[in-house]
Amino acid sequence: MIFRALAIVCSVAIVPFAAQAETGKVTTFELDNGLKGIVIEDHRAPIVTNMVWYNVGSADEPPGMTGVAHFLEHLMFKGTDTLKPGEFSKTVKENGGVDNAFTSYDYTGYFQRVAVDRLPLMMQLEADRMRNLVLTEDEVITERNVVLEERNSRIESDPRSLFQEQRRAMTFMNHPYRNPVIGWRHEIEALNLDDAIAFYRTYYAPNNATLVVAGDVTPEQVKALAQEHFGPLEPSDNIPPRVRPQEPPHLSAVRLSFSDPRQSQPYLVRSYLAPKRQSGNQDEAAALTILSYLLGGSGLSSVLGQKLQLDQQLAVYTDAWYDSTSYDPETFGIYAMPRPGVSLEQLEAAMDTVLADFLKDGVDMEHLKRLKTQIAAEDIYELDNQSDVARTYGRAITAGLTVEDVQSWSKTLQSVTPEQVMEAAAKVLDMRKSVTGLMLTPTEEPAQ
Amino acid sequence: MIRKFAAVCVMVLIALPAAAQIKIEEVTSEGGIKAWLVNEPSIPFIALQIAFRGGTSLDTPENLGATNLMMGLLEEGTGDMDAAAYRRATESLAANFSFDAGRDSVRISAQVLKSNADEALDLLRKAIVEPAFNAPAIERVRGQVITGLQSALEDPQAIAQKTMSEIAFGDHPYGRPSDGTIESVTALTRDDLVAAHKAALGKDHLVIGVVGDVTAAELGPMLDRLLGALPATGAPLPEKVEFAAPAGVTVVDFPSPQSVAIWAQDSDINMQHPDFMPVYVMNHILGGGGFGSRLTEEVREKRGLTYGVYSYLNWMEATQYYGGSVASGNGTIGQAIDVIRTEWARMAEEGVTEDELEKAKKYLTGSYALRFDGNSRIARILVSSQLDYFPIDYANTRNDRVNAVTVEDISRVAKENLNSDALQFVVVGQPEGVDSTQ
Repeated sequence: MIFRALAIVCSVAIVPFAAQAETGKVTTFELDNGLKGIVIEDHRAPIVTNMVWYNVGSADEPPGMTGVAHFLEHLMFKGTDTLKPGEFSKTVKENGGVDNAFTSYDYTGYFQRVAVDRLPLMMQLEADRMRNLVLTEDEVITERNVVLEERNSRIESDPRSLFQEQRRAMTFMNHPYRNPVIGWRHEIEALNLDDAIAFYRTYYAPNNATLVVAGDVTPEQVKALAQEHFGPLEPSDNIPPRVRPQEPPHLSAVRLSFSDPRQSQPYLVRSYLAPKRQSGNQDEAAALTILSYLLGGSGLSSVLGQKLQLDQQLAVYTDAWYDSTSYDPETFGIYAMPRPGVSLEQLEAAMDTVLADFLKDGVDMEHLKRLKTQIAAEDIYELDNQSDVARTYGRAITAGLTVEDVQSWSKTLQSVTPEQVMEAAAKVLDMRKSVTGLMLTPTEEPAQ
Repeated sequence: MIRKFAAVCVMVLIALPAAAQIKIEEVTSEGGIKAWLVNEPSIPFIALQIAFRGGTSLDTPENLGATNLMMGLLEEGTGDMDAAAYRRATESLAANFSFDAGRDSVRISAQVLKSNADEALDLLRKAIVEPAFNAPAIERVRGQVITGLQSALEDPQAIAQKTMSEIAFGDHPYGRPSDGTIESVTALTRDDLVAAHKAALGKDHLVIGVVGDVTAAELGPMLDRLLGALPATGAPLPEKVEFAAPAGVTVVDFPSPQSVAIWAQDSDINMQHPDFMPVYVMNHILGGGGFGSRLTEEVREKRGLTYGVYSYLNWMEATQYYGGSVASGNGTIGQAIDVIRTEWARMAEEGVTEDELEKAKKYLTGSYALRFDGNSRIARILVSSQLDYFPIDYANTRNDRVNAVTVEDISRVAKENLNSDALQFVVVGQPEGVDSTQ
């Protein structure tokens, strides 16, 4: 639970063609104005998930204006030329639907889940706010206070989140991934109507968006509806090229420690800069994904869990994660929480030994086989969650991947060899590219 | 002789508006185990939800936390398999099991592939029926539970809930910490766990929901093999208790820039009460519905005082109460509380408008079908419906009951059930201008 907030576990997604009747079938289209469409069929119930993903996230924000992408996400629920403030969600509700939105480093997404006969209305609403948002000064100020309270709830009230923010800022020296998605508090406080509208006008347009529709629909139906509602929208001709400042070579291991009177549970987190999934060439990312499953995952069967929790009994929890799906390179990470009486210094030394032994001894073939069995089963289990499949596609597309990349991912994972895992491990587990964070208890001395 | 297959006693077609028909069958195994089943063969796996009424409220003052620790140990070894061997075996079958202890029930969730369901369920059976409770596993899981308890001591939301429970329920099991305390969990012995296992997993308190690629004929024998060896009866359920927190404010000092506040008052309304549905719809309008609900409009949308404010009707096995939660900066929480009190009183005095009621009905009836989305989700609904003592055809009549609610019904139940002067607020933080009343 604790580290799940830190560890973004990559959800593997592959939808087999035809074999499962039509449920699970994925097709794509593109409108003349540049809007991309992805249709994921699920005919078990007459329900649909309608999502619009914009290729813009917090890493695309202008310097000094952190939080504006997320702030705009909130403001997208205000009015348009034809819709009163707040009417969007109320209309969805009156049609028996649920809706929400989310912002991350690389994307901003909006979704509704409704009965399939209400899909045209949902598309009409999304198309409307893609180009016709209207904001007033009062709304913007009030909503800014809501966002500051959200920051209070998510970050300021949780020492682990505060520490994560500090660690990320040290992980990326130059890339805007160093800034929190919700924004730094002093910069949120300064955001205004003009900032939000300028950001909106720059990035919200059909040629910067992907419509993902999952549910009891056919590709023909969705394309016709998309044409009707999004087709008339003008594309934008000034979407900036998506080039963010990149990281220079990392040559020096970084260490930082943190303590807070509200946090009495110490832990250790280390992240390493890591390559991402490349469109058309996902082998290395697949190997790193397998590496994260081997090292982390269940404390009872993983390498870190077996050694640190079961054998040496130094840790209460261990984990490993890898952010494979991002527009620019992200991180590979490991986590451990010591048992009472075990110092972070002792735990870190033991963890380093486990990693060194792993690099020397290589992959346990039985372990790899079990992982691949689970990966194959995930192809079946994940069909049960329509919204998750839709999210998998949305995340991939906004990270610069293609539908084909998503569909070949499971197969790529299956074909990973132990040699590929070890090669990727040797490359990524490089202390010079690492940031080691120690959450200290208020009584503990910093480990030097 | 005895019938070879499970008897299908009831079969109900649920015609959800805007949803495919869901066919729920009540299956009774030869051994007398009952389950609700939806046969859904389009994806080759089976989702099982198994619950036993009782949960952590079966703990005694002497073994607080035993039920929770016991449930955490079920997947940690059985027979000649230690925890790691058991985990490897589940991974090899690509089965997903989870074990959870709540106030009113313990729950076991499983997803198993159709292709190896028998093997996977045999493995699950060993965890449920023959847990080893061996010493290394007990110490390891105890350490994890204590870590969780430590975190809860530092989580404002958890502190608020714990404080409210103590004030409201005193010596009743609901007044005690559900997962125990660091001291009580430290002191638990293997005997406590064996006793908790016997007390919590009695077949008389068993409730099951199954959705997936399995027929009624296949399910009966499957359930007998899985659960047949459990004890016939578990510990008796706790006695009924009233929510007895006095009106007032309790401030718990906590060093945070934001305060968390929860509030509650006594209520008579549970699922069986004839006024349940009017109160449920009223709550949606007052604060249950997010955007569009009065509390969200007044506290968040108009004033920007919070990211989230909700009210809820909490019905439990042995009590029920009506309350809500909000978080706001230390400087603004007082204002948020004033607005909430005002809205509570306004609902009691004025009730709702036709327009509000109409909109609430459209949402509540239209979105109901969205819940029945996915095998695992439907299995959870089948179990919670039974835990709430619903008839098997409840889903068929539920929207009609929503639609039958009138403005007059809500005016009446709002007057009878809402009392802004009776609210107990627990505020965790360093609120400005808000003080404890006692």
